[in-house]
Amino acid sequence: MSRDTAEFSRRQMLRGLAGLGLTASAGSSLLLPGYLHAEQTPEEIPQPRYGGRIRVATMSSSTADTMDPAAGSLSTDYVRHYMVYNGLTQYDEALRGQLSLAESMETDDQKTWHVTLRQGIQFHDGKPLQPEDVVYSLMRHHDPATGSRVKPIADQFESVTVTGPRKVRINLTSPNADLPEILADSHFLIVQDGTSDFRNAAGTGPYKIAEFRPGVRTIGKRNENYWKPGKPYLDEIELVGIPDKTARVNALLSGDVQLVNAIDPRSTRRVEQAKGFSVMETPSSLYTSLVIRQDVPPTNSRDLTLAIKYLLDRPTIKRALFRGYATIANDHPVHPSHPFYAADLPQREHDPDRASYHLRKGGLEGLRLPAYASPAATGSVDMATLLQLSAIPAGLNLGVNRVPSDGYWSNHWGKHPLSFGNINPRPTLDMLFSLFFKSDADWNSSRWNNPKFDQLLAAARSEGDQARRKQMYVDMQELVSNECGIGIPVFMSLIDGYDSRLRGLSPIPIGGMMGYSFAEHVWMAA
Amino acid sequence: MNTIVTLLLRRLGISLVTLLLVSAVVFLITNLLPGDPAQEMLGQAATPEVVEALREKLGLNQPAHIRYLNWLGSLLSGSPGVSLANNMPVAELVADRLPRSLMLAGTTTVVAVPFALFVGIVAAMYHGRRADSIISTAVMFVVAVPEFLVATVAVLIFAVELGWLSAVSYAPQDPTLGQFLATYALPVLTLSLVLVGQMARMTRAALIEQLQQPYIEMAVLKGASPARVVLRHALPNAVGPIANAVALSLSYLMGGVVIIEVIFNYPGIASLMVDSVTNRDFPLLQACAMLFCTGYLILVLMADTAAILSNPKLRK
Repeated sequence: MSRDTAEFSRRQMLRGLAGLGLTASAGSSLLLPGYLHAEQTPEEIPQPRYGGRIRVATMSSSTADTMDPAAGSLSTDYVRHYMVYNGLTQYDEALRGQLSLAESMETDDQKTWHVTLRQGIQFHDGKPLQPEDVVYSLMRHHDPATGSRVKPIADQFESVTVTGPRKVRINLTSPNADLPEILADSHFLIVQDGTSDFRNAAGTGPYKIAEFRPGVRTIGKRNENYWKPGKPYLDEIELVGIPDKTARVNALLSGDVQLVNAIDPRSTRRVEQAKGFSVMETPSSLYTSLVIRQDVPPTNSRDLTLAIKYLLDRPTIKRALFRGYATIANDHPVHPSHPFYAADLPQREHDPDRASYHLRKGGLEGLRLPAYASPAATGSVDMATLLQLSAIPAGLNLGVNRVPSDGYWSNHWGKHPLSFGNINPRPTLDMLFSLFFKSDADWNSSRWNNPKFDQLLAAARSEGDQARRKQMYVDMQELVSNECGIGIPVFMSLIDGYDSRLRGLSPIPIGGMMGYSFAEHVWMAA
Repeated sequence: MNTIVTLLLRRLGISLVTLLLVSAVVFLITNLLPGDPAQEMLGQAATPEVVEALREKLGLNQPAHIRYLNWLGSLLSGSPGVSLANNMPVAELVADRLPRSLMLAGTTTVVAVPFALFVGIVAAMYHGRRADSIISTAVMFVVAVPEFLVATVAVLIFAVELGWLSAVSYAPQDPTLGQFLATYALPVLTLSLVLVGQMARMTRAALIEQLQQPYIEMAVLKGASPARVVLRHALPNAVGPIANAVALSLSYLMGGVVIIEVIFNYPGIASLMVDSVTNRDFPLLQACAMLFCTGYLILVLMADTAAILSNPKLRK
């Protein structure tokens, strides 16, 4: 896809996001429309063609590949899970949770939700979808032995009970207006009641698993009984992992695969110039952050924290590291395209003078401090080097400690006064703030403690009025940007490359490849 | 022949001891690595509570020596255990990858060994003349260029630009000859280049050493043709060192081909081992280490046997 088509999709996404305010403010009883046909992109005006097989390569695959949605941790897992399973809801291009397996989701207080399942849905093995399957799929996250990656989120499901032949009631521990968005996450996809060995698990999704070999490949065959009329289009999808980014682009350009994710911004020109290939940019809220610990000296100094934030040269990072495939950020995790974005908060600029003012004020001139960076946190090594260079004139002596990816998250992320983190897009602001900024969150990596922020976070979660809710999130962004020990220079775009004959792709900003859910949307033009 | 039998038996015993030592060392080193399987599986999402539960489930809360003895016990009873990363039997994972690795190694051997011997012998026969210097320079060049460069350039030329061959090597279950060639041409070419260089140099050196011996002068004076001098008189005496060089080069084909497997996305046993290290998947890592070690021991044993059989003094 050329850049202008990507622009088109982005505008479309913004329109969609603007629409979110309208839909959600419609009333306290939330009735969402049926699932969304992806018929709005310009490519999809011609009639989809049936048949054909494609091979898809993602950046990560190892023997730890899994068929268990709760344990999914890498891009190949998410793609596989969206091929095989459905959720109660699914993301649209603005990350709203549209109804999927659920026919309706109703609530009066954002705390007790009544879910009605669609009629006549079958698993791949022929068993009909039952409310018990939903109960099992959601409650299994509570058991630590499941090894669920979203246990902290699932802990808010106080109880999930069967209330009728197609009905389930979800009680939350406290009100949360974002439940439809949470349930669209790949970890909450619906599996069959009692499944413990997932290797041959049956889902309700668009493709049945014909072959699954961890670290080698996954083959999905068209589910002829799929409940969405007319879908999916392809006969077969083969999913492989090619971790080496050059090899991945080569495989695309040689015609061995038709879709790849995570293209290096430096390789985009190569793909665009090749005949018959395109790239798709998904502006996302993925970011690499600088973690400045607020509970240990010397970084617990507010002056030092601010000085470091002023030393981040955002335009240079955007241009030099990401070739423009990024959006400038303002030291808080909300993407400018989000309807709750704090547009009035002044953009923090690269300002070495202010940085040295703060260093002088805090009596920290000439301080030596190592920053831990790793290939595990995308771009962090280069960011650290840039930061080091701009810190010297301001009177701060930063060292760059480059450490391997292996074991980085357990041993370095947030374990030193200065380190880098990398946070994937989350569907809701509540999730993002609760997981990474709330004072008692496990991954509050800068150990920031702010009771006012915590209060606002809890209040916003249960607030039904959209205007008041937005004001709360704006206040939270201001607090994070000015007080928290997290520096966020840019949001990175996700870049996919594809064979131009592949149609139906459009960005869903939770991840590359249509938020990993491309499988049921794409077809191969003749 | 008795020497051979005793040698084989003694070697077998030593091999078992070596394997045991290797497994202990690998286990020790794995335990020294930061992070354990539970942490690696959960990655960024590792909260203390979940990590603890997963450790319990995977049996990681037992002391290290107990875990090692458990593994050893199950291996002796014929089962290499279950992968910690995905709960699949290690035997099944290895069975999926091993034939592919052997296929790649075998094809490369069939291509590379005769070619290397031929090149090495020609160079030795023309020792000091132009043909020798051309061959030696070319061989040095090939040895010096890193394999990832050869592989990447080969992919760019043959797969991306010309479109003759495939950039990822994944053969179907029963490949036709065409599919087989398309899949294996590039990885075999790359691996052969590396191996031919090493083996040809060793062959040439070993032969030249023999060609300077008095008995060769005698054979030449007797009027034997140059080919007969080299093949009938010199070569049998150089088999020992050549066999050793070949064995060492081929042992590289088992475990040392990670880069090739990564670039061509070839699902072999080397990348399986890399996965098992990143996941701290101890049973799988041990199985791979045992396989590599066994392969190496077998190759060295074969080289020694060849050396003895070719030497009447040792043969008796």
